[in-house]
Amino acid sequence: MFERPKTLFAVAVALSFAVSKFSGGVNPYYYDIILSIGINIILAVSLNLVNGHTGQFSLGHAGFMAAGAYTAAAFTTFVPPHHIATTLFFLLALFAGGLAAALAGLAVGVPSLRLKGDYLAIVTLGFGQIIVVILQNIDAVGASRGFSVASGYTNFFWTYFFAALTVYVIVHLVDSTYGRGFLAVRDDEIAADAMGINTTKYKVVAFTLGAFFAGIAGGLYAHFKQFISPDGFDFFKSVDIVVMVILGGMGNTAGVIFAAVLLTILPEWLRTVSGCTFLPHWLRDVAQNRMILYSLLLIVLMLTRPQGLFGDARLFRRTPKFKKP
Amino acid sequence: MTEFIQQLINGLSLGAIYALIALGYTMVYGILRFINFAHGDVYMVGAYMGFYLAPSIMRGFGQKSIASGIVILVAAMAICAALGIVIERLVYRPLRNRPKLTVLITAIGVSLFLENAGQYVFGPDPKAFPDIINDHAIEGLGDLTVTVSQVLVLAVTVALLLLLTWIVKKTKLGMAMRALSFNPVAASLMGINNDVVIAFTFGLGSALAAAAGILFAISYPSIDPLMGILPGLKAFVAAVLGGIGNIPGAALGGVLIGLVETLVVGYSDTIHIPSTYRDAVAFAILILILLFKPTGLLGAADREKV
Amino acid sequence: MNPLLEIRDCTVRFGGLKAVSELNFAVGEGELAGLIGPNGAGKTTVFNLITGVYRPTSGDIRFAGKSVVGRRPYRITARGIARTFQNIRLFASLTVFENVRAAFIMHLSHGIFHALWRGPGFAREEARIDAQVMELLEIFHLGEARDALCKSLPYGDQRRLEIVRALATRPKLLLLDEPAAGMNPTEKQELMRLIRFTQEKFNIAVLLVEHDMRVVMGTCHRIAVLDYGVKIAEGAPDEIRKNPKVIEAYLGQEEPAHA
Ligand SMILES: Nc1ncnc2c1ncn2[C@@H]1O[C@H](COP(=O)(O)OP(=O)(O)OP(=O)(O)O)[C@@H](O)[C@H]1O
Ligand SMILES: [Mg+2]
Repeated sequence: MFERPKTLFAVAVALSFAVSKFSGGVNPYYYDIILSIGINIILAVSLNLVNGHTGQFSLGHAGFMAAGAYTAAAFTTFVPPHHIATTLFFLLALFAGGLAAALAGLAVGVPSLRLKGDYLAIVTLGFGQIIVVILQNIDAVGASRGFSVASGYTNFFWTYFFAALTVYVIVHLVDSTYGRGFLAVRDDEIAADAMGINTTKYKVVAFTLGAFFAGIAGGLYAHFKQFISPDGFDFFKSVDIVVMVILGGMGNTAGVIFAAVLLTILPEWLRTVSGCTFLPHWLRDVAQNRMILYSLLLIVLMLTRPQGLFGDARLFRRTPKFKKP
Repeated sequence: MTEFIQQLINGLSLGAIYALIALGYTMVYGILRFINFAHGDVYMVGAYMGFYLAPSIMRGFGQKSIASGIVILVAAMAICAALGIVIERLVYRPLRNRPKLTVLITAIGVSLFLENAGQYVFGPDPKAFPDIINDHAIEGLGDLTVTVSQVLVLAVTVALLLLLTWIVKKTKLGMAMRALSFNPVAASLMGINNDVVIAFTFGLGSALAAAAGILFAISYPSIDPLMGILPGLKAFVAAVLGGIGNIPGAALGGVLIGLVETLVVGYSDTIHIPSTYRDAVAFAILILILLFKPTGLLGAADREKV
Repeated sequence: MNPLLEIRDCTVRFGGLKAVSELNFAVGEGELAGLIGPNGAGKTTVFNLITGVYRPTSGDIRFAGKSVVGRRPYRITARGIARTFQNIRLFASLTVFENVRAAFIMHLSHGIFHALWRGPGFAREEARIDAQVMELLEIFHLGEARDALCKSLPYGDQRRLEIVRALATRPKLLLLDEPAAGMNPTEKQELMRLIRFTQEKFNIAVLLVEHDMRVVMGTCHRIAVLDYGVKIAEGAPDEIRKNPKVIEAYLGQEEPAHA
């Protein structure tokens, strides 16, 4: 099914377009969840490039999302539209957000090159936190009070257009001889280096590109919720995304997409459970505290299935068919 | 000048708390080469143990008496030591030979679990820590304000550091711990089971974190289930600054981070860094060390063999 | 003989330990040279110096007339030095085929944008690489195993796969670190044949580190002996076999050196 990502991409875009024509009558509650799913797919798949394919465990993805969200929101708020078409204006804002996030990714990627594993995780966490602290101090965008975004440009079509674009780009990139470099860096950096692979370049590309899409997701999020605040992009948000990647199986794009869908619906479902008066008290309590479940899920998963729910059967892997001459 | 000395004193007592937490990170890293992400949350549990035990202990040993202070401290340390050992046994030990990433993710899981279970069990809102001591400013120091709690923090920290030094240098388990951090094979030659040494290390580190939790709660009497996150991260930075795996280094790093943070806040107007950047200071330091001296101040290079 | 690789007065220290001291050694174009020595003598360290994993404390290393000291390993590989590792370092999550394919990255003419756009040029290049990978695998009898995860291969095959992967970078000099380790006598015979064959077919120089004396003596034209980081002898296999210093260096060894 993923043999032809280009076709898949076209189909996804066409489908988003078609569906968006009928989304008028959808219950706003479900519409909200559906958009959240799309944004989370972008976040998880882009983080998967860094954490999964390239094996550089980052805990700062929410920071890049924040950079994108604030830049895009500031763009639509402060830049006069100059009579350009609304859509173009919005796309420019998203692109600005992606670019700002990519720059932040570059700023993290370069100094982190020498770091591995735990250290890298903490440094990216630190960078993410620094971004949050900086945002808390910029008065023009509301500082820690939060930032109201007037325009709710984000809709079904653009959300899923970018989700499809993210998947397309990352799948194509990894699934090529060029892309083997990401996996080689993940599996054994020293050996990769010895095989003539510029490991630095791969890591920086992964960080920058991953951050770019996180920034796009941020821009979409800002113009969807129409209110953003620095706290919303803290460490816990990063963990949310990391859990999607781990649950789906690091490096397994299809699994990660599935996990993003599942983990976006799950809290809503848990909310329903916690409201069911006929259920025992403790169960409702637990359901109310989603993070307890997440943390237990992480621990149990690592103890029993560290490769994630779907293993590392990389559905996107293409081993070329070789015909004997 | 007075102002500067005042800042130094404040920084020192904050740094002492970071130092106690940092020791746990560094000891565990020394023998297992992994960052126990959940360590900061053990510190939080330590503070809560103090909170729950204080009333009954003070009923038995006297209100605000030295005896009850010591009993509260020791009890919280013992409980957290047990917690540390249990976590190691249940979660980390089965993962001992797994990829580092697996262990790291698990540690994040444990950390999140403690934080969220803490919110559930202890309640999410901040709680006022009971008065265990008669905290007030010590008189006769002119313009300097030195509180009893600050003196207490420093005194207890020094005492614990001396105790730790003795344990590590003179006791058999402590020596086995050091041996293990150099060479796992050599350590097992000492006739002590590695599992025991590792459990001991976790216990020791967690006990120190609990002490830090109590000391923090005495100085800043408001505790909440997420209170461990930032001090935990800063203490980790302290451990890296001192050279991860190096025990004196962790203490030194803790004190330095405490000082720098306090000075940045104290002189925020002069150096044009708003004091709201306080929590970013430690991370900035971390990034700088890793860029310029990844082995930390006292650490030795740990090169991967090819 | 025109020295392809020249190690001049190279010393490397790890803290107090001098792992290699003032080593002088050269490998000529197309030569089959050997580097032997007891455990811990510094052989792997020499490889790490040549490939840029470590930097010499002092001294110079020249390859094809230019110094490689201070160059990043991938650049040194690009100049024409490839290696295998003593403790096998294959890309564990990749298949046999993909392991070799990864080593073609350095010769790619396309980059990110081609990979994303996937025009006809991209397809041609990928097809060409696929064919070249298979050709190499077939030469080394690994064609059948192309879709197996490299972890699942027998030990000897993994070592051969490492050689294939190194060859895929099209080196002028191939460094082999204990390729015969863990092989049975038949596999060792086959390996010796392969090394000689590789040297001829690809017309490259080979520097071989190996504990099995039969393999070293049977393949190399010239052998250098290291002991505690110092070169204690150098010469043709027959001279080395008889050299009293070499015999003495190996006497301290638990394992007899099959000399
Ligand atoms: N990264 C390092 N840090 C510290 N010491 C090292 C490092 N790499 C190697 N050494 C030391 O240098 C010496 C030489 O090691 P090396 O691995 O080069 O030996 P070798 O000749 O390859 O031995 P073997 O036959 O066992 O493979 C040894 O004493 C080793 O412990
Ligand atoms: Mg060796």
